[in-house]
Amino acid sequence: MFLINCPYCGERDQQEFKAGGEAHIERPKQPTELSDDEWAEYLFMRKNIKGIQFERWNHAHGCRKWFNMVRDTSNDEIKAIYKMGEKPPSQ
Amino acid sequence: MRNKYSLFSLIKNALSYHENWQRAWKDPAPKKEYDAIIVGGGGHGLATAYYLAKKHNMNNIAVVEKGWIGGGNTGRNTTIIRSNYLWDASAGLYDHALKIWEGLSQELNYNVMFSQRGVMNLAHNLQDVRDLKRRTHANRLNGIDAVYLSTEEVKKFCPIINTSPDIRYPVLGGTLQRRAGTARHDAVAWGYARGADAMGVDIIQNCEVKGIKRNGDSVEGIETTKGFIKTKKVGVVAAGHSSVIANMAGLRLPLESKPLQALVSEPVKPIIDTVVMSNAVHAYVSQSDKGELVIGAGTDDYVSYTQKGSHQIVEGTLNAILELYPIFSRMRMLRQWGGIVDICPDASPILSKTSIKGLYFNCGWGTGGFKATPGSGDLFAHTIANDEPHKLNAAFNLNRFVSGDLVDEHGAAAVAH
Repeated sequence: MFLINCPYCGERDQQEFKAGGEAHIERPKQPTELSDDEWAEYLFMRKNIKGIQFERWNHAHGCRKWFNMVRDTSNDEIKAIYKMGEKPPSQ
Repeated sequence: MRNKYSLFSLIKNALSYHENWQRAWKDPAPKKEYDAIIVGGGGHGLATAYYLAKKHNMNNIAVVEKGWIGGGNTGRNTTIIRSNYLWDASAGLYDHALKIWEGLSQELNYNVMFSQRGVMNLAHNLQDVRDLKRRTHANRLNGIDAVYLSTEEVKKFCPIINTSPDIRYPVLGGTLQRRAGTARHDAVAWGYARGADAMGVDIIQNCEVKGIKRNGDSVEGIETTKGFIKTKKVGVVAAGHSSVIANMAGLRLPLESKPLQALVSEPVKPIIDTVVMSNAVHAYVSQSDKGELVIGAGTDDYVSYTQKGSHQIVEGTLNAILELYPIFSRMRMLRQWGGIVDICPDASPILSKTSIKGLYFNCGWGTGGFKATPGSGDLFAHTIANDEPHKLNAAFNLNRFVSGDLVDEHGAAAVAH
């Protein structure tokens, strides 16, 4: 278990949060023109990185706001937290 | 020549104080080239190698394992075996495995301690009741034994369950598959390793794959911590680390790797002679032959490769266990651990060819791969040897995520994800 520093509420127990999966997957701009391969890529394919991963989290049992996190999935260490819409920190 | 295990060999070795047992498998250095290499020395990988050698006469093959064999999820699961899945494709796949389990100890000349003690799945709300009844009917149409039990019948089959109507999630009924049960997980890995080794398969431990060498769209070999090994066929059976290997080959998979926890109690006298699973409250329990309660918990919702898990997941599971089995209230838990499970969006596995010639993936078993070990090995061996899937694993191809022909088994997969 780890502590997560919500950008709106400060440090809280992980139990209050819900993981929202890989971040920065852009919704297709022209969904009607997407091929089946592109849909599969968007809907299902994931990086599932062992190491530094960019992901979305939601403070579900707090302010209910979404934010981004950079986390090392090999040791669960949180490297950075930034708000939605902000540029991700360089690696 | 491999010595056969028998009562005679036991007596013979007892006379020499058990100091002269033959090694169950060798410890070879990798050759320069193999006809096929299996990446991952867990139950599924070793079974694949075993059936490649046994049924497809491919003896010049190797299994490479980064740690020791059976040290990953094979040694970390709750050993439940059943085949009561909803869809026809899954029923075919899992029941194929269950049929092999029934004769596996004899086939391997290795006691995998397969025990058909029955698996009961409990219903805790009206939707559970409807779903489980539907699944029972679907199972029976597919020739899989399944019965629906009333609350009274559940109580009769497993008397220690609290069936009082005033608990938080009362038991409204359940299903029972009598052919289902458990097996000894380590013995499965060891039995397949011994059998494969006897047929000439090289089992190379402490050998981590660092890269997959491609020539255009074909596989040429693998880079490992023990050097480059040439091969035209690579079968990847790396469970939670499947995406890591896929990444080396420039392939994308629809997987997310998450920690799944389990725990065992101190050993006690026989108290529960079946396996009881409860999806809604996330509590599974059975008793090992040593007497420990073996308890399965849920997955965490974030990607992690740490083989740990969150405390609140275990706490939630134990809350449910105590509500359902008040008799366990003073049991002490001995050990807790996590395994990294590779979860597919449709909770069904992938046993498939890929866009790269000679590269095959057997992954996505998520939270319930152990039960399928023999069938998975058999069908994956067929897929590798013939470069074509068997009809039983044809539906479990990678292309289903493009075609949309998913095999949605979230209901039967038991661990909600």
